[in-house]
Amino acid sequence: MQIKPILAAMRRHKAGTILIGFQIALTLAIVCNALFIIHERIARVSRPSGVNESNLFVITSDWADNSSNDNIDAQIKADLTALHQLGSVQDATSLNSFPLHGTGWDNFIRMTPDQIHMTTDASVFLADEHTLGTLGVKLIAGRNFTPDEVQSLTIQDMKGWPAIIVSKDLAKVLFPNGDALGKQIYASNNNTPSTIVGITDTLQSHMMDSDDNAFAYNAVLVPMREVGTGYVHYLIRARPGQLEAAMRDVPKALIAQNRMRIFDPDDGEMTFAQVRAKAYERDYGMAILMGIVSAVLLAITAAGIVGLTSFWVGQRRRQIGIRRALGATRNDILSYFMTENMLIGVAGVVVGTLLAIGINLWMVTHYDVARLSGTYLLVGAVVLLLLGQGAVLAPALRASRVPPVEATRSV
Amino acid sequence: MLGYYIDLAVRSLKRSPGLTMLMVLAIGFGVAASMTTYSVFRAVSGDPIPWKSSKLFVPQIDIWGPKARQGGTDTEPPNAMDYNDAVALMRAHRAKYQSAMYHISPSIIPPDRSMHPINVGGHAVYSEFFPMFDVPFQYGSGWSASDDTQSAAVVVISSKLNQKLFGGVNSVGKTLDIEGKDYRIVGVLDNWAPKPVFYDVVNTGGFTTDFEDVFLPFRRAIDMGIANDGNTNCDEIPKGSGFVGLQQSTCIWIAYMVELDEKADVAAYRDYLDGYFREQKEAGRFSWPVNNRLRDVPAWLKDQHVAPSDTQVSLVVALGLLIVCLVNTAGLLLAKFLRRSSEIGVRRALGAPRNAIYTQFLIEAGIVGAAGGLLGLMLTWVGVKSVAWVLPKEIATLARMDFSLLILTLIVAVIATVLAGLYPTWRASRVQPALQLKSN
Repeated sequence: MQIKPILAAMRRHKAGTILIGFQIALTLAIVCNALFIIHERIARVSRPSGVNESNLFVITSDWADNSSNDNIDAQIKADLTALHQLGSVQDATSLNSFPLHGTGWDNFIRMTPDQIHMTTDASVFLADEHTLGTLGVKLIAGRNFTPDEVQSLTIQDMKGWPAIIVSKDLAKVLFPNGDALGKQIYASNNNTPSTIVGITDTLQSHMMDSDDNAFAYNAVLVPMREVGTGYVHYLIRARPGQLEAAMRDVPKALIAQNRMRIFDPDDGEMTFAQVRAKAYERDYGMAILMGIVSAVLLAITAAGIVGLTSFWVGQRRRQIGIRRALGATRNDILSYFMTENMLIGVAGVVVGTLLAIGINLWMVTHYDVARLSGTYLLVGAVVLLLLGQGAVLAPALRASRVPPVEATRSV
Repeated sequence: MLGYYIDLAVRSLKRSPGLTMLMVLAIGFGVAASMTTYSVFRAVSGDPIPWKSSKLFVPQIDIWGPKARQGGTDTEPPNAMDYNDAVALMRAHRAKYQSAMYHISPSIIPPDRSMHPINVGGHAVYSEFFPMFDVPFQYGSGWSASDDTQSAAVVVISSKLNQKLFGGVNSVGKTLDIEGKDYRIVGVLDNWAPKPVFYDVVNTGGFTTDFEDVFLPFRRAIDMGIANDGNTNCDEIPKGSGFVGLQQSTCIWIAYMVELDEKADVAAYRDYLDGYFREQKEAGRFSWPVNNRLRDVPAWLKDQHVAPSDTQVSLVVALGLLIVCLVNTAGLLLAKFLRRSSEIGVRRALGAPRNAIYTQFLIEAGIVGAAGGLLGLMLTWVGVKSVAWVLPKEIATLARMDFSLLILTLIVAVIATVLAGLYPTWRASRVQPALQLKSN
């Protein structure tokens, strides 16, 4: 295929060529960034929590009366005993917060008491001996808490945590050599050390902000029942297949224990699947939105190419006829328009790649977006070139069917 | 002539329905995407109290110093106050209005004893909270300054709670059981739910579906031990225990706002804050230099990143979509107009000036824009209705279709299309009549 005559012809309709090229460039730039945002969000949503999420649910009990801390502690213990006796319940635990919850308590972790800047940050889960079993998280080293270790305290009254269990990822950050078990760290706010007695398999923290991505898998479990907060979360593992039954039984059992409590009608009782959906709703939303925008963009650009090429074909019927009369085959005409589109497409893709990088760099500095990976540019470029070729096919085929006799007709 | 041009434009558009449809669709989708994301953006970045936001300030005192910051470029003082400083600032009373505030979540035993107890959200505030924020009342009013000092058992409730507990009648003077104590209702709010919740962005993040149902006097809430239900941030563990320990600590959990009407008042308040800091420093509390802030509401909302960056990214992407749609329309209009070169040639040869060609084709572009705008309007309506599908509830409920958005959608569509039509029209007006007539 000779490119020179195509370039010469393009010069005759510069404006249209530039507009299509520019449209391809802009589309590539936006679609690349949108797809990249989708990719980032999907990667975020599909990261594992470490929790065995099926048959698990959360119920939050707000205390309606101003009971003393001792009463609340006794009530939590009685609640848990009652929950363990339910036929549909396999295991249950009380917690101050839980993975994916979004709100909770995080503490800076230090290796020495006089360290000024933190080593890292971690979720603090106030847990008991049933917590790991309920969450379905396995210990990969060390031991679980014993019932005697679990104290009932207000946060302000805690004077230190002698024994803690940490997540695998936190252990690795603190002790890269893999010898975390039995070591001491400073996890609480006062200057008493905590000994790592156990290490769990992967366990996600409560922190959902993308600012906290570096700490997303840092969790510290402390053997403590927290009182003095006005509410408690119970995480409950139903027996396999009995999630619905357990979610019916548990509120009744708790009300039977004590009527002076409140379950929020909106989020008082949630399956872990609902917890997950809520935790990632922004990410799902953003991915869907970017998907819609990309689809509309590609459709409009394809339609635009069809429209403008059809016009060019109509405009050049006579020239096409002349070429055909002079011996050009249908294939020659077809490949003329395909090549023309390819040339515009390549130019557009080159400009678009630069634009995409520019937009991405701008977003990196202003918003919470990572650097665009080269794969996306490559895939985006190929997609747009193929889209262009696909869009131009119909008008080009129509052009190839222009009969040579057209040369003899005056418009 | 105008009617004639409109007629010509409609005829021309009808002649190539596919191309016309394509342009209208492109404009419609482009405008709808931009307007839908704009409606969300407008909702989250709006000024919650536009008539007064430049007079309301949030004081910040650097009570923790550099050691509490993660190092590097961060020089921001804590974004809330500890109890002692909040009370000291209230006592000094240097602004026209001021209030310390903290988030509470007390339980209420409904007067109708057959109802279950309920948990409500709210704030413990000072009496000046209500005039400072021009809070509207349906019945009654806020409490008095003497109620503040005497820690009176009074409460202001929301119209929603009033509806729920008292069926919406004037409940001023009735009593309400809050955390086991009786409170006298002194006021019922009219619908008041500023978005973002500018007076306590630290606890709400600005947007929340939780409703503010009760407002209690600050001193009363402290005396009754109604604990803080919002965030608590500590630089060291409190020495004392419980809620009282929290009050004695340097933990921050109290929001604070002041109203300063004149520039001189702002300067004077700044001086007061700096003076307060120096006084404390001399007493040996701080070892670092003065590093206070006094931001007005817009600056404060910006500093706290209240508008989610997702909504801004969406708006940017949607505007990009609109630009692509316009480039697309420009290309199609160019094709459409130049196809009629011979018609233009004839008109020019018969004496039509260039201006007439301009008018004719710009009207045609305008009609495409108006049609695109109407489609865009419908799609925007669908878009605004379905943002709940992709956005969190607390933000989605803020986006709505109102008159200004409706007008804006149409204006954006028409202006954008006419802009896109400018170059094609210019090209059309440059058509050489002689050349066109000759080639025929």
